[in-house]
Amino acid sequence: MTAAVRVEGLVKHYGKISALSGISFEIAEGELFALLGPNGAGKTTTIRILTGLTRPTAGRAFFFGRDIFSSPLYARRLAGLVPQATNLDLELTVWENLLIHGLLFGMSRGRIRERAEELLRFAGLWERRGDRVRALSGGMRRRLLIIRALMHEPRILFLDEPTVGLDPHIRRRLWGLIKQIQARGTTILLTTHYIEEAEFLADRVAFLEQGRIVALDTPQNLMAALGEVAVDLVDDEGLSTRYFRTREEAEREAVKLSRAGKSVTIRRVNLEDAFLHFTGRRV
Amino acid sequence: MRGFLAVYLRELLIIWHRLPRMLLSFSVSPTLYLVAFGFGLGKNLTVGDRPYLEFLVPGVVAASSMMQGFGINVEINVARFYLRIFEEFQAAPISNWAYVLGEIFGGVTRAFLSTLVILAITALAGINLHFGPVFFLGVFLNAFVFASLGVTSAMLIRSHADQALVTNFIITPMVFLGGTFFPVEDLPAWARWPLKLLPLTHASHLIRSVAYGQAVPVFSLLVLMVLALAGLCLAYLSVDRARD
Ligand SMILES: Nc1ncnc2c1ncn2[C@@H]1O[C@H](COP(=O)(O)OP(=O)(O)O)[C@@H](O)[C@H]1O
Ligand SMILES: [Mg+2]
Repeated sequence: MTAAVRVEGLVKHYGKISALSGISFEIAEGELFALLGPNGAGKTTTIRILTGLTRPTAGRAFFFGRDIFSSPLYARRLAGLVPQATNLDLELTVWENLLIHGLLFGMSRGRIRERAEELLRFAGLWERRGDRVRALSGGMRRRLLIIRALMHEPRILFLDEPTVGLDPHIRRRLWGLIKQIQARGTTILLTTHYIEEAEFLADRVAFLEQGRIVALDTPQNLMAALGEVAVDLVDDEGLSTRYFRTREEAEREAVKLSRAGKSVTIRRVNLEDAFLHFTGRRV
Repeated sequence: MRGFLAVYLRELLIIWHRLPRMLLSFSVSPTLYLVAFGFGLGKNLTVGDRPYLEFLVPGVVAASSMMQGFGINVEINVARFYLRIFEEFQAAPISNWAYVLGEIFGGVTRAFLSTLVILAITALAGINLHFGPVFFLGVFLNAFVFASLGVTSAMLIRSHADQALVTNFIITPMVFLGGTFFPVEDLPAWARWPLKLLPLTHASHLIRSVAYGQAVPVFSLLVLMVLALAGLCLAYLSVDRARD
């Protein structure tokens, strides 16, 4: 089956700065793929290139086998974009924001009306449809931003740090929304610097650092590369972690260490461990 | 076509939401010009055999439709650097023509609103001028020329501060030199010819001639048409420059 998204050797230089130094990956149809990396890793640059906002220095990209740089209009019709910085028309109403987007994507008035109502109800914004966007809370604006991108039924949705700066309970609500969107068959590329977000949402994760992908696999496999159980130990040199295949091995080691007077904690390996292991640093 | 509609409708909605404020602000500078130069300075003045006020009104219409047409650049800058809505257009499957024409007609619509405001104000002063189809064609072409230049400059600049520079060095001088306040014809030849290169000079000449009920100055009309076409092409070519 052809991949929904295929990226080959994407490079982007801004003058002397190298934002991307040749990244490649594939996303299967219906998959939720996460790019995880610290600020400045190149996540936004990747999304901007794939949605036609930025031209790459080198490299190729395909949606369902078709080159997106030689067929830009085809690519834009297929893609939906939720940018990192909220870009709504604050002076227009919620409804008007959706209307303009629908027209931009060639939808008929009737279809726009149907789709906008469906999505506004889905996102719990139906009652607010006549309000100016300026009057909405941050969480509501984020939800509007996401459903606006869904108006034209994109087959591939690009979410650039969709939950950054939101309260934990609003974040969890958005996670639910994103899962539901995926369940309806949409392919999703999501970027985040929240490890738990990638762990919770993604089918596969790419660790991005300084414009390079340093590891790419399912969260389970990335974690399994280290082991099952982690032992954190605090001593004069600070915090360090050891990884073990089984709980028994870990417990044996923990007992030994605590007899030696060190403070230890046993826990399951998480994606942060894998990230630290592959990048050698914290997010 | 829907792309054009989307871009233009967005500008119309913005105008609609701000209409009272906008009409008020459109009326400020024309009123000041008319009071200061028309009623104040020019009460007993005549140009040709016309009262100065009748000379002034078409000039103020031309200058004001130029400024409001060009003023679309401010909206575009807000959309680009502050709201970042411009990226919605860049990511949408619309042609550059749709975008450019949508914004230009946004500017033209503002220009027409400001013209109507001026005509409403001067109606109160009881002035003897004709406002026929060619008068409004002149306003349209003038606004179109400057709206397309407004779009072009908004695409080429890299920040909001650059924009003020363009306005201060090109648009404001033209208001004073382009036949708004005094007849370019009365100047000595060395000053007259450079001023005839300004688009606004032709716009105010055209608009004033037809307002006077005189023959349509075909040359100025042609100049404006050519400039409108050229401006449209410039605006079209500039859109891709805004992509990084
Ligand atoms: N328009 C730009 N001009 C110059 N440098 C840029 C531009 N956009 C991004 N960069 C640089 O490219 C690198 C990657 O940025 P970005 O893709 O925004 O990272 P992320 O989204 O992962 O935080 C950073 O070093 C950033 O400073
Ligand atoms: Mg980013």
